[in-house]
Amino acid sequence: MNKLIAWFDERIPMTKTWNIHLAQYPAPKNFNFWYIFGVLATLVLVNQILTGIWLTMNYVPSAEGAFASVEFIMRDIEYGWLLRYMHSTGASAFFVVVYLHMFRGMMYGSYQKPRELLWVFGMLIFLVLMAEAFMGYLLPWGQMSYWGAQVIISLFGAIPVFGDDLTLWIRGDYVISGATLNRFFALHVIALPLVLVILVFLHIIALHEVGSNNPEGISIKKPKGSVPESEKPKFTFHERFTKKYDIVDAFPFFPYYIVKDLVGVAIFLFFFCYVIFFAPAMGGLFLEPPNFEAANPLKTPEHIAPVWYFTPFYAILRAVPDKLLGVILMFGAIVALFVLPWLDRGKVRSVRYRSTLHKVNLTVFAISFIALGYLGLKPATEVYTMFARIFTFLYFAFFVLLWFYSKNENTKPVPERITK
Amino acid sequence: MKQLIKTTLLVAASLWSVATLAAGPTVPLDEAKVDLHDKASLQRGAQLFMNYCLGCHSMQYQRYNRTFKDLEIPEDLGMENLQFTGEKVGDLITNAMATEDAGNWFGTAAPDLTLVARVRGADWIYTYLRSFYVDESRPFGVNNTVFPNVGMPHVLEELQGIPRKTTEQRMIDGEMQDVYVGIKTDGSGMLTDAEYDQAALDITNFLVYTGEPMMLQQQRIGWYVFGFLLVFLIFAVLLKREFFKDVK
Repeated sequence: MNKLIAWFDERIPMTKTWNIHLAQYPAPKNFNFWYIFGVLATLVLVNQILTGIWLTMNYVPSAEGAFASVEFIMRDIEYGWLLRYMHSTGASAFFVVVYLHMFRGMMYGSYQKPRELLWVFGMLIFLVLMAEAFMGYLLPWGQMSYWGAQVIISLFGAIPVFGDDLTLWIRGDYVISGATLNRFFALHVIALPLVLVILVFLHIIALHEVGSNNPEGISIKKPKGSVPESEKPKFTFHERFTKKYDIVDAFPFFPYYIVKDLVGVAIFLFFFCYVIFFAPAMGGLFLEPPNFEAANPLKTPEHIAPVWYFTPFYAILRAVPDKLLGVILMFGAIVALFVLPWLDRGKVRSVRYRSTLHKVNLTVFAISFIALGYLGLKPATEVYTMFARIFTFLYFAFFVLLWFYSKNENTKPVPERITK
Repeated sequence: MKQLIKTTLLVAASLWSVATLAAGPTVPLDEAKVDLHDKASLQRGAQLFMNYCLGCHSMQYQRYNRTFKDLEIPEDLGMENLQFTGEKVGDLITNAMATEDAGNWFGTAAPDLTLVARVRGADWIYTYLRSFYVDESRPFGVNNTVFPNVGMPHVLEELQGIPRKTTEQRMIDGEMQDVYVGIKTDGSGMLTDAEYDQAALDITNFLVYTGEPMMLQQQRIGWYVFGFLLVFLIFAVLLKREFFKDVK
């Protein structure tokens, strides 16, 4: 066995990679509940890819055959319903864990220097994930698939001068049609997953280059030679990490965080499997009732709502009376997140040691995001629109306020070491 | 051409929005106590469906043999009594009227009913089937409180009898007034009111089944999965504790 490993190690950095990224990667010892969502996002990604491959084997990407082929998978393929529900539930679960993962980063300042690029890769993943989910939702070719896509693609028509040509180019037709379905299928099963996997790879490489942040927001890398031997962890870390620094308050990712994450994975799977086996439509949130009716271009559903994970942004879009301005603001809501590392001019990472103003600001932001998500599911009545405007204002106010107060923020003293 | 398509779509969309506005739920729905374990009810529902609904409404994603198997109907018995137009036992249930005929006769295609319970919900179907009433202004002489101006005749009339919107004289604020008390039949049907409600429930039950024929299997497996996850969780916790002894 050792000979075999040696044979490979001479030809490819097998053991080295394992050590750098897992067995000798120093992870701060104080990871809490919020640190499970990166692992869960990876798990869901694997789930989506595997179930997606098997669904593709029986799915028919054509306007005539798509809806029937999904029902064929649900009824005539052995355990086809399981594959389909795992995939549809996985889509929603992906956004649940990614939103929580992003909020973790915001709470503990994981986007701050030197992790700006890591955050930007994460945001790119989020963007590609939204495109992936949007295109995937067209594939069952139900009423909501069709009309939801119709609404979202028509948004690009708000762009001046070339907007109409752009929507035509995206659809490949004057309305959503089989041509649109076929290209969305190609992008959904090949192009975007490929980009997604590459971005996830870069996200992890960037993380392991700068090292993990932690709930205290304190670096575990101390100047070389500043830490007495007695205070160093008893574990071996790869020389890549110890060459320039003394590592404190950490232990190797494998096996310690792997076994700890297994507990989190088991708990997550309880929720995940509950939805799959007992509430696959999740009361109309994960699978919308009108989507069990085949797409009909001549019949607009009474109330078109995107799937829940797009509704915060959809609510912002509807809150603005002008279509173009609405589209700009909706994309602005995502752009603001992209540039967060440069909007936050503070030096203290964790919310634990930042000002009360920041704590309030972050809480209001979280509430606004959830409220917008709720409002985006509801019809745009006068009262709801008024609330959507208030929460849109608060959503953007978070970023503006942050830029102003973070320069000279009244923060608490940050400890030298992780004490917990 | 582009303009033409746009205009057609717009007109169609606006027409439809008028139609749906009228079709919005105007009455509170009654709760349908569906039970997928009640095979007798499902069998009666299948029988009613094949006899009264299938003439117009297809069930194009569901197969005869799957239905017989899930409902515990022997195949030969099912083929003899529930299948009328000579399809094979493995065929999909598609032998309804042709779409063109539907357009000519009823002004619209009869929707496929395989997934109607997932679109409308069980309560809607149950209430709809019990909400036809006589309305001479409509082409078929009946209307429906759940789906106003529906283009469908009251197919179950021979079972229910002739249903009319009924009012009663009641004393309100010291005056006798006519109060709408619901739809009552004239008793000319083959079934009593209670029997008719049961028949409507049986059909609803059957449609809930065809919407998700995998539901019982799915939930059974779900419990096993929970059992496995519980064991997995226990071992994961023990494993974590064992490893974290090094760290403390």
